[in-house]
Amino acid sequence: MTDLSFQDDQPGEPADPVVDISDVMQKLAEHKGCGTEGGSGKASCGSSAGPADMPAEIWEKVKNHPCYSEEAHHHYARMHVAVAPACNIQCNYCNRKYDCANESRPGVVSERLTPEQASKKVLAVASTIPQMTVLGIAGPGDPLANPAKTFETFRLISEVAPDIKLCLSTNGLALPDWVDEIAKYKVDHVTITINMVDPEVGQHIYPWIFWENKRLTGYEAAKILTERQMLGLEMLTERGILAKINSVMIPGVNDKHLIEVNRAVKSRGAFLHNIMPLISAPEHGTVFGLNGQRGPTAQELKALQDECEGDMNMMRHCRQCRADAVGLLGEDRSAEFTTEKIMAMDVGYDAEGRKAYQQAVEAERQAKVAAKAGELDGLEAAGDIGLLVAVATKGHGVINEHFGHAKEFQIYELNARGAKFVGHRRVDLYCQGGYGEEDSLDTIIKAINDCHAVFVAKIGGCPKADLSAAGIEPVDGYAHEYIEKSALAWFKDYLARVASGEIVHAERGDAAIRQGALLQAG
Amino acid sequence: MPYRIVASQCTNCTACEALCPNQAISEAGNTFVIDPAKCTECLGHFDDPQCVAICPVDNTCVIDTRLPRSIP
Repeated sequence: MTDLSFQDDQPGEPADPVVDISDVMQKLAEHKGCGTEGGSGKASCGSSAGPADMPAEIWEKVKNHPCYSEEAHHHYARMHVAVAPACNIQCNYCNRKYDCANESRPGVVSERLTPEQASKKVLAVASTIPQMTVLGIAGPGDPLANPAKTFETFRLISEVAPDIKLCLSTNGLALPDWVDEIAKYKVDHVTITINMVDPEVGQHIYPWIFWENKRLTGYEAAKILTERQMLGLEMLTERGILAKINSVMIPGVNDKHLIEVNRAVKSRGAFLHNIMPLISAPEHGTVFGLNGQRGPTAQELKALQDECEGDMNMMRHCRQCRADAVGLLGEDRSAEFTTEKIMAMDVGYDAEGRKAYQQAVEAERQAKVAAKAGELDGLEAAGDIGLLVAVATKGHGVINEHFGHAKEFQIYELNARGAKFVGHRRVDLYCQGGYGEEDSLDTIIKAINDCHAVFVAKIGGCPKADLSAAGIEPVDGYAHEYIEKSALAWFKDYLARVASGEIVHAERGDAAIRQGALLQAG
Repeated sequence: MPYRIVASQCTNCTACEALCPNQAISEAGNTFVIDPAKCTECLGHFDDPQCVAICPVDNTCVIDTRLPRSIP
């Protein structure tokens, strides 16, 4: 087989995947955050500071992975293939029957792929989207409850496209049984959804698990699940496989408890913790949706993420994407790659084209680092003032989206320590029924109500006036410029206006998290 | 009496197919079906019928009362 790897100038994988756990823990400890956006300490993972501040082998694993690296997610895309429909547990936030016509684009999400179809789909997408660097299996059930299909898919893809990184997302129940198989296929990123480490809490999240040919419920079920999750995580760490932990924040059920979860997973070597908001509405037909369990507000979510940040990477750019999503995080091009269309495509794997694209991206990332130089000068004037701003972007780390076209806004926190990415807010209106322009603007204002300003490439006169009336300053003077640099330039100007008495700095209120369909907590 | 799958409830998740000790479950169109001639309710294999235990939607794998009792 020809080596198509575009990373052959980088240190290779160790021949023996099993490493000493203390060695790994030491490296993780030494790696004090892969991003120091503006010196705020633990900001985002894999940021512009890049290779200099993490062990080479970890940087190599995360640098092109949009989920593991906040900075990479501006540039690199992922795809999920839905080859694993079966599940071995039931969660109160999941309803396998839910299939909203607007959200799921009929015939796409319900489309199960065979490993052969999945492999062809990966080739088709990789040839069309050169920035597609990661292939994940995230369901729609649990990949490890479908081991034959999952590993056959990995085998086929590693044969045809060896440069693509493989990852999977699991509930962890079956994980200890498959860790060695995961290592064998060089799957070097595994996500485990861990919502609790105490069965007392767990029994309110998981109605049942399927274990040793029986359905177990209540405390007993949650106890086995948490034991298996912790064992699986330890086994991944021992083998040098990066583990990301996903947790669903459920107010009143596990919100306070997630601090304990954070401690437990950190001590077992987890690389990244992603706390996601519960998405819950009666029409989803989930237990939580039907019993009125609410999700957290934007500020509640941020407060918990901030509290858990300590010295562990927190992921704040998760889009809770679907099990068959294709593209950059936040975009979904799955409709371009239905099985019917793929089978009709004549696909050639353009390794050279992909390599060229990815080299261009690296140059772009370096330019972004250069653009940040000097941006912290003058920020000491901020004193205690800190605020949030929203940014309309299509990726590449620049302000390049029209206000009216934005399906989401990225949120940056600005203070004396610099600019830091802290999350995103979806404002697309799938599944919300009849909507017009006014409804749409109202939804956006609710979603970014905690922000002082919104940065856009362009904006019309009407929304501009409405935003100003709502106390959110529309900023279109930095079109197609780098986000952090622009945000800090604006922030310095804001501080100058406050100092001159032209404006008065005031705190903003809370914001709402859009309650869309949660088809897969990937 | 054998089990049957309520087609309107089935999510096509495939979980039951692999677990059936009698290979009685197969895909048919937009749902999965249980061959009543092969289903033993898992008697002699497991304490619980496996399709019922793994099915993500309650009341989807149910006793088929339309068929007479039979010993396969």
